[in-house]
Amino acid sequence: MTEAASNKPVLLTIRGLRIEGRSDEKWNEIVKGVDLSLHRGEVLGLIGESGAGKSTLGLAAMGFTRDGCRISGGSIDFDGIDLLTAPEPVRRGLRGKRIAYVAQSAAASFNPAHRLIDQYSEGPVQHGVMSKAEAQRDAMELYRRMRLPNPDEIGFRYPHQVSGGQLQRAMTAMAMACRPDLIIFDEPTTALDVTTQIEVLSAIRDIVAQFDTAAIYITHDLAVVAQMADRIKVLLHGEEVEEADTRTMLSAPREDYTKSLWAVRSFERGAQPALPAADVPVVEMRNIVAAYGPVPVLHNVSFEIHRRRTVAVVGESGSGKSTAARVITGLLPPSSGSVLFEGQPLPADYRQRSKDQLRQAQMIYQMADTALNPKHRIREIIGRPVHFYLGKSGKALTERVRELLHLIELEPDKFIDRLPSELSGGQKQRIGIARALAAEPRFIICDEVTSALDQLVAEGILRLLDRLQTEFDLAYMFITHDLATVKAIADEVVVMKDGRVVEQGPKAEMFAPPHDPYTELLLSSVPEMDPDWLDRLLAERAAGRAGGTVQASER
Amino acid sequence: MVATLRFTLWLAVAVVAAAVLGWLFRAVLTRIAPANAARLLRSAPLSASFGMAVIVFYLLVAILAPTIAPFGEREVVGAQFMPASSEFLLGTDNLGRDMFSRLIFGVRNTVSIAFITTALAFAVGAVLGLLAATVSGWIDQLLSRVVDVLMAIPALIFQLLLLTIVGTSIINMILVIALIDSTRVFRLARAVAMNIVVMDYIEAAKLRGEGLWRLIIREIMPNAAAPLVAEFGLRFCFVFLSISALSFLGLGIQPPTADLGSMVRDNATLITFGEVTPLLPAGAIALLTVAVNFVVDWMLHRASGLKE
Repeated sequence: MTEAASNKPVLLTIRGLRIEGRSDEKWNEIVKGVDLSLHRGEVLGLIGESGAGKSTLGLAAMGFTRDGCRISGGSIDFDGIDLLTAPEPVRRGLRGKRIAYVAQSAAASFNPAHRLIDQYSEGPVQHGVMSKAEAQRDAMELYRRMRLPNPDEIGFRYPHQVSGGQLQRAMTAMAMACRPDLIIFDEPTTALDVTTQIEVLSAIRDIVAQFDTAAIYITHDLAVVAQMADRIKVLLHGEEVEEADTRTMLSAPREDYTKSLWAVRSFERGAQPALPAADVPVVEMRNIVAAYGPVPVLHNVSFEIHRRRTVAVVGESGSGKSTAARVITGLLPPSSGSVLFEGQPLPADYRQRSKDQLRQAQMIYQMADTALNPKHRIREIIGRPVHFYLGKSGKALTERVRELLHLIELEPDKFIDRLPSELSGGQKQRIGIARALAAEPRFIICDEVTSALDQLVAEGILRLLDRLQTEFDLAYMFITHDLATVKAIADEVVVMKDGRVVEQGPKAEMFAPPHDPYTELLLSSVPEMDPDWLDRLLAERAAGRAGGTVQASER
Repeated sequence: MVATLRFTLWLAVAVVAAAVLGWLFRAVLTRIAPANAARLLRSAPLSASFGMAVIVFYLLVAILAPTIAPFGEREVVGAQFMPASSEFLLGTDNLGRDMFSRLIFGVRNTVSIAFITTALAFAVGAVLGLLAATVSGWIDQLLSRVVDVLMAIPALIFQLLLLTIVGTSIINMILVIALIDSTRVFRLARAVAMNIVVMDYIEAAKLRGEGLWRLIIREIMPNAAAPLVAEFGLRFCFVFLSISALSFLGLGIQPPTADLGSMVRDNATLITFGEVTPLLPAGAIALLTVAVNFVVDWMLHRASGLKE
């Protein structure tokens, strides 16, 4: 495919592109002179951590910059049209018609007030490519090709009536509406579960191949890009690190930075010594049944978490894993069953728990952005639990906050008076960890703490959590849908589906066959770095193996 | 033609003067303010520093009114409607009182009453609104339905009704206007807080075991501040109008107390003779309104974290 593609004419050429963004009253360079060329029908993977400028570069390929950004140098040539000097109407004529864009979060990008098919038709009708009726017929055809269920009917639903994975496919179909020459995919599967991700990936790949569309595929997930791209370009701080075709890049990366990206998945927590026979679990869920109003969410869920142990609770969205955490914290009192803390039952509602009971169980959230009060300084965010639970104030309080900042490897003098908005994603998550530690708890719930982070940053967080666990004798409940994270940090695994525990046991047993069919589906859905992985998996699924018989529950 | 030209010229002069005033005021403030505040003030746009200058000016006028004013508030010092002269800077009004002195006292009375009323409306409305959103359940239902009922009655009619019941006095007027305005603030505060109480950091604070008061004041309030501050600027202007309307109907600030709103009405006849004097009190209200909104815009811009 690669050789075939490179024989085709060049579609997009970017030379020495420089883009600046305005912050703190001055212009900072975000993209620092990047070259890029793309042939017709070729898929180029752009990878790098957040802030590397990949999305900015992707948007610039449409001749577009976000508010507060400007293109300060270089050239962008799309099929003979200079996108930088072309007048706005020309550029507008290209967008949606010859260059299309698929955003990361389809749920946030669709207009919730209009039906899918109406949003689909908007582009073709606007550009005068099709009439509305033609566009609707075409939409059904593309929905069928994207393997959406009920393709003739699904378009007449509103965005909130279809699942996340379906929405992402609908958006890809929409980008295809005018049969563009180039599509820019900006992390299209990052927000999806592994099981759903497979479907979206294979649908995208097929449709791009069918229409011979060129694509720029932006992601921070190396295993995903290995499946999708013909060529890979690695970016760091707005500069190109290296570029090569996928197989070469995976087998023989040249630069140290690329090697470090490849090596990320190597962290694995060592085996823990066996538990003493009579060890009382720190937290035990006993036959929990819980419901949101009339909707049952948890059915008879039991598991226990011991001191110095990490229990990973795995499942796709809607499987009830976050609900289990809400039951433990007391936000959702169960309709039957009980939560025990060191053998003692906890009151079901957090409002009835004592200050000490609240202190013992802390929580770290997925989105550090919304978990830290944006108007409080770090001093107050971390200091509040110290003051509230442990009664420290004045100098002792400041001292303790500085100590906690040291623990999470942030320099106290630099960070203590900052606001959350002045921190990077990884730093925010570290502050979230420090806030949990500040209460000096026995037990911490980590709710998808790494899923919003880049792999390098995520690995740093996992190592930190691991170190803190040994240092402070903590028990972790680790909620995640990412099995690579489970492999790295868990001692025991609980697999959940539709509010039930499907399988549970020590990690080593879980990752070795035989599996429950659903576990098999989950495990086999984790992308691997091998570029042939997706083809092989799809072939196996078609043959009814690798969890091919289980239906992922679409929500 | 010449008139248009002259008007444009004057307008340009006024804008330039305002900008210069704003610039000077900012320069002086940054010089005398402590380091932290100075950095903040330096980032203020000219419009905001002009607004602050005007507000400070009004405050000084209001505080120093008896010292600045050449004559007493209620003193009849000459004939009716005397033209401006060196003795009476702006002439005299329909009863022969000095217009300039009345204007100064009018600023003092109206501004302070409007400010107290708005502040009261905000204190009550914001706290109840945030409370309703935080606690939800039946307290929210009760408060919201009461507010719905109060909002269903046209404001002016309701004010008249309440003032007839409780009797006319300045205190009563403040309370009545504050009560009715607080329903609008309640609505806004509740709507804003609804979006904040679902955030993870509020959940974290609840799970920490924080009390209701701290939750509202320390965790929610700072995040709801931006829209509330913006509303404050707007509400402040509406309160002016309410006071003027009530005064016009004889239920607000009672003569002979000077009030900017009723001063316009009292001297309205002069407009027929091409005199601008009756417009001066109106201008005083307009200038303060604009100034307040300039400052509020800036604060809103800062609070919302909008960059550029």
